[in-house]
Amino acid sequence: MYPSRFRYEAPATVAEAIALLADANGEAKILAGGQSLIPMMKLRFAAPAMLIDINGIAGLDYHHPDADGTYRIGALCRHADLEKSAALAASQPTMAAAAPVVADPLVRTRGTLVGSLCHADPQGDWASVMVSLGGSIVAQGPNGRRSIAVNDLIDGPFQTVLAADEIAVEAVVPAAIGTRAGGYLKLERRVGDFATVGVAVSAEMSGATVSRAGIGLTGVGPATINAAEAAGSLVGTSLDGDALDTAAQLAAEAAQPRSDHRGSADYKRHVVATFVRRIGEQIQRSGQEAA
Amino acid sequence: MALDEIKIGGLGASRRRVEDNRFIRGKGNYIDDIVLPGMLHMEILRSPLAHARIRSIDASAAWAIPGVRMVLTGEMLAARNLAWMPTLSYDTQAVLATDKVRFQGQEVACVVADDPYIAKDGCEAIVVDYEPLPPIVNPTQAKAPDAPLIRDDKTGQDSNVVFDWEVGDREGTDRAFAEADVVSTIEMHYPRSHPSPIEACGSIADFNRATSKLTVYMTTQAPHIIRAAVALVAELPEHMIRIVSPDLGGGFGNKVPVYPGYVVSILASILLERPVKWIEDKSGNLISTGFGRDIYLKGEMALRNDGRILGVRMHTDSDHGAFFSDAQPSKFKVGLMHSAFSCYDIGAAHLTAQGVYTNKAPGGVAYRCSFRVTEAMFFQERMVQAAASDLGMDQAEFRRINLVRDDDFPHRTPWGFLTDSGQYGKCLDLGLEAIGYEDFLRQKEEARRRGRLLGIGISTMTEPLGAGNSREYDILGIKMFDSAELKVHMTGKALLRTGAKTQGQGHETTWAQIVAHELGIPAEDVLVEEGDTDTAPFGMGTYASRSTPVAGAAVAMVSRKIRAKARRIAAHLLEVSEEDIEWELGRFSVRGAPDRGVTIQECAIAAYSNMPDGMEPGLENNAYYDPPNLTWPFACYIATVEVDPETGVWDVLRVVAVDDCGVRINPMIVEGQIMGGLTEAYAMANMQFITFDEDGNCIGSNYMDYLLPTAWETPGFELHEVVTPCPHHPIGAKGIGECATVGGPAAFVNAVIDAIGDAGVRNIDMPLLPDRVHEAITAGHDVSGAPPVKTEP
Ligand SMILES: Cc1cc2nc3c(=O)[nH]c(=O)nc-3n(C[C@H](O)[C@H](O)[C@H](O)COP(=O)(O)OP(=O)(O)OC[C@H]3O[C@@H](n4cnc5c(N)ncnc54)[C@H](O)[C@@H]3O)c2cc1C
Repeated sequence: MYPSRFRYEAPATVAEAIALLADANGEAKILAGGQSLIPMMKLRFAAPAMLIDINGIAGLDYHHPDADGTYRIGALCRHADLEKSAALAASQPTMAAAAPVVADPLVRTRGTLVGSLCHADPQGDWASVMVSLGGSIVAQGPNGRRSIAVNDLIDGPFQTVLAADEIAVEAVVPAAIGTRAGGYLKLERRVGDFATVGVAVSAEMSGATVSRAGIGLTGVGPATINAAEAAGSLVGTSLDGDALDTAAQLAAEAAQPRSDHRGSADYKRHVVATFVRRIGEQIQRSGQEAA
Repeated sequence: MALDEIKIGGLGASRRRVEDNRFIRGKGNYIDDIVLPGMLHMEILRSPLAHARIRSIDASAAWAIPGVRMVLTGEMLAARNLAWMPTLSYDTQAVLATDKVRFQGQEVACVVADDPYIAKDGCEAIVVDYEPLPPIVNPTQAKAPDAPLIRDDKTGQDSNVVFDWEVGDREGTDRAFAEADVVSTIEMHYPRSHPSPIEACGSIADFNRATSKLTVYMTTQAPHIIRAAVALVAELPEHMIRIVSPDLGGGFGNKVPVYPGYVVSILASILLERPVKWIEDKSGNLISTGFGRDIYLKGEMALRNDGRILGVRMHTDSDHGAFFSDAQPSKFKVGLMHSAFSCYDIGAAHLTAQGVYTNKAPGGVAYRCSFRVTEAMFFQERMVQAAASDLGMDQAEFRRINLVRDDDFPHRTPWGFLTDSGQYGKCLDLGLEAIGYEDFLRQKEEARRRGRLLGIGISTMTEPLGAGNSREYDILGIKMFDSAELKVHMTGKALLRTGAKTQGQGHETTWAQIVAHELGIPAEDVLVEEGDTDTAPFGMGTYASRSTPVAGAAVAMVSRKIRAKARRIAAHLLEVSEEDIEWELGRFSVRGAPDRGVTIQECAIAAYSNMPDGMEPGLENNAYYDPPNLTWPFACYIATVEVDPETGVWDVLRVVAVDDCGVRINPMIVEGQIMGGLTEAYAMANMQFITFDEDGNCIGSNYMDYLLPTAWETPGFELHEVVTPCPHHPIGAKGIGECATVGGPAAFVNAVIDAIGDAGVRNIDMPLLPDRVHEAITAGHDVSGAPPVKTEP
């Protein structure tokens, strides 16, 4: 690959990285897994004057639940770490369902969840998963840290509200009230393909009843879509057929797909509805099995 | 004691591929591995638009970049009469655009620099002022009365039609249709695909002013044709041109044509007197180089109620892009399309064909396919499925009724081909038994009652492989024979060179096995070399499954010439007359006294140290082989699938393949070819295509959109064989490199159409993307995939 000329820095601490960012006046890019940034540089769609490689910064590769159930994912935690994690599988069903279908095994060993959120690709799987979970990121800049809900982080296609001198240091999934349930379904043309349609449904269950729900949609709009109305319609239901039909319908309406070579807009809406229903049925079935 | 042929790596030995030794160690020698002293690097600036007039090109900023050595534009080439080059189909192609750009990705300028980064910077610095023109992306648009003329450079070209062509018996076919009980019709588009070798194209041109010699390292499947082309285009003496095709990272037909990058790198080297390297990137390869397919069919079959086919009519519209540069035998304008239905006894047949120019990348037709037989056999098997269902007849039974019977060979097809051998019924039966046909039909019915959609698809076909014979097959007048040269050294080790060029097929392994079979020299003692025009005998290269049928035959023939000479040496050594010499693998002995004998190795030593009086020393020879006919392998592919009615997603349950490619030289390599071909077939049926939007933008010019299947989704393949030796090939072999790519796609498509049979749908264009299948199921109509794709909100 023959990118444009750039300066390369590999700071050892987050503070150094922030200082470099601040110096660069918006001309620098953080390099995490490089699985989105490097392809863009190869094609010269991106030509940052400076790359700040954070892979040498110690202590960012974690992911774990806190005692209260809050789940934290460090900026250098790879997709593959999540895919293989028993802790994740036990506590975060939506994330566990998504991890094995993000990209392909090669990309998953390098790419990071936090990097994926910062990249804000409308076809990125993690953003809709995080939106469904009410997740956030922790951004650190010269003046300290702030928390930004993923729903607010994404400002448009490939755009975030991160300031030019801010780094996302971790992603956070809040603790659930009740039992976490959820799933992620993705229509892809081949392993490693971005989603034609991706649907994340997360629910917090009190017994058989939904106490909180979130639905995020991948690949069916100019940015990740938070199908809040659809999710809200599930609260208080036991995910019965009618409730799922309503939510499926509302989610399909929330989608803003374009017709393209992957399929017509109508088809994509139909798949959104189908996936919402299928995940809902899956949650309902596994709830019954557990009972 | 005769040698054990398998032990010495002869015919039938599944010998490991000798070339893999260097490939898996990373020691291959590909074009980009070659580094010459003082070498410069070239990059191509491509058109972002599909159709536009060039108002001006300003390259001054590029020239100003330190390290940029030269910027080449169409204007500069025109001054040297090099702005246009001839194609392999008697057309012309722009090397660098002068007047207009005619497809997205067309070559507009080249920058030569000290390193590839600077060359790319240079391309970015060139300013081209374009005046956009309306783009044309399909034949209907091309033929519209008000369509803009794409090839306004050609005098006398007043429409976008490239050719009109017909073959067959029009009246006889009309009569057959008049007598028919049922006429079955179907229309479809075989989408544009790309061979997409993992290694893209590239060249290093090295012109030496002192010796006047031009050496070009180049990714080509046909180095000798390239040498002739360079001699003609660049007006250089042919003996001063050396083309070296190093290890190739795949070809699949993509590396047959001559590309602008090659030509400009040669010119740049001549002008700069330094080696100039051009390495194409993957996007450049996908967007601009030889594609495959892109052809529309209107097919009709005249049928009798008892299931007999009385006649076939086909009309094709082929989309050739901006320049007609198909690599195919010159006299056949749509390749061997008229080889369709060769395995069936069909009465009468007539084909009309029209080709058009569009604003898309030019030519090829290849993608692991013998001159459009892929399309021919796909159309055939899709038409057969539609015909069987129109008759309400079982798919397998309909085929059985119409397949040419074993005792009907040689069989002359209505379009004039002569098929010579096969056991079609046996292959079909073997396939049906392996898949458990009756059982599956029952399962399918049961599943249907529970709302699940299962389907089974069959594809049976014979295809003509191994052009030519030289009477009918030539490219620009050069006859399609091939060659081999064998040098047996003093110690009985040997060097074999052919006019073919391996690119993954394993020639280094299999050619040695043919020598082992003919001479008893262990395969490991035979070094095979190809691809250097200074050393290899003249040949037409490797594509169209022609290596084993033609060059492989030449290997057997040259080995036999060597054996004939060795026999005379043996008679001399054993002091008997030649008539008293008997041959068994690797050894001559005296008739009646088998203990008295000499090995081939002993004959080799004697050829250099103790030859009979009057005999020319040495044990070397060559053979040029002009086959009497094509070879006709047969295949039966059967796939079963399950379709998700809610989403249109379909999964392959099983794939059974029965291949009859005659005698198998290296069964492992043959199986590898079949599995690779089936993988590609699955890809084309399921996910893979290059399409265009309304603005002529190419969709599929990178690997995020041009999908190569991975091990993950590729189904397993169950392989079976039948062996009917080719009656005219010296060792009974037939081509196999393309059978599965050719015959495979229809098996998958037929299976999906079968699964959704209740919807009353005859056709869904490939690839059978979930949304297309879903539309067919819900709307109950055929689904076209022809470009442009709609990108409305
Ligand atoms: C072949 C292929 C297939 C893929 N398929 C999928 C898929 O199906 N689904 C999917 O979701 N993704 C897919 N991806 C993208 C992949 O998941 C990326 O890993 C991910 O989008 C970005 O993570 P990264 O760590 O590689 O980020 P990088 O490429 O390093 O960075 C991406 C962007 O985010 C910024 N960034 C990264 N980390 C931070 C940080 N901590 N703070 C601030 N800014 C930061 C960078 O500056 C850059 O702008 C695919 C990628 C490839 C190459």
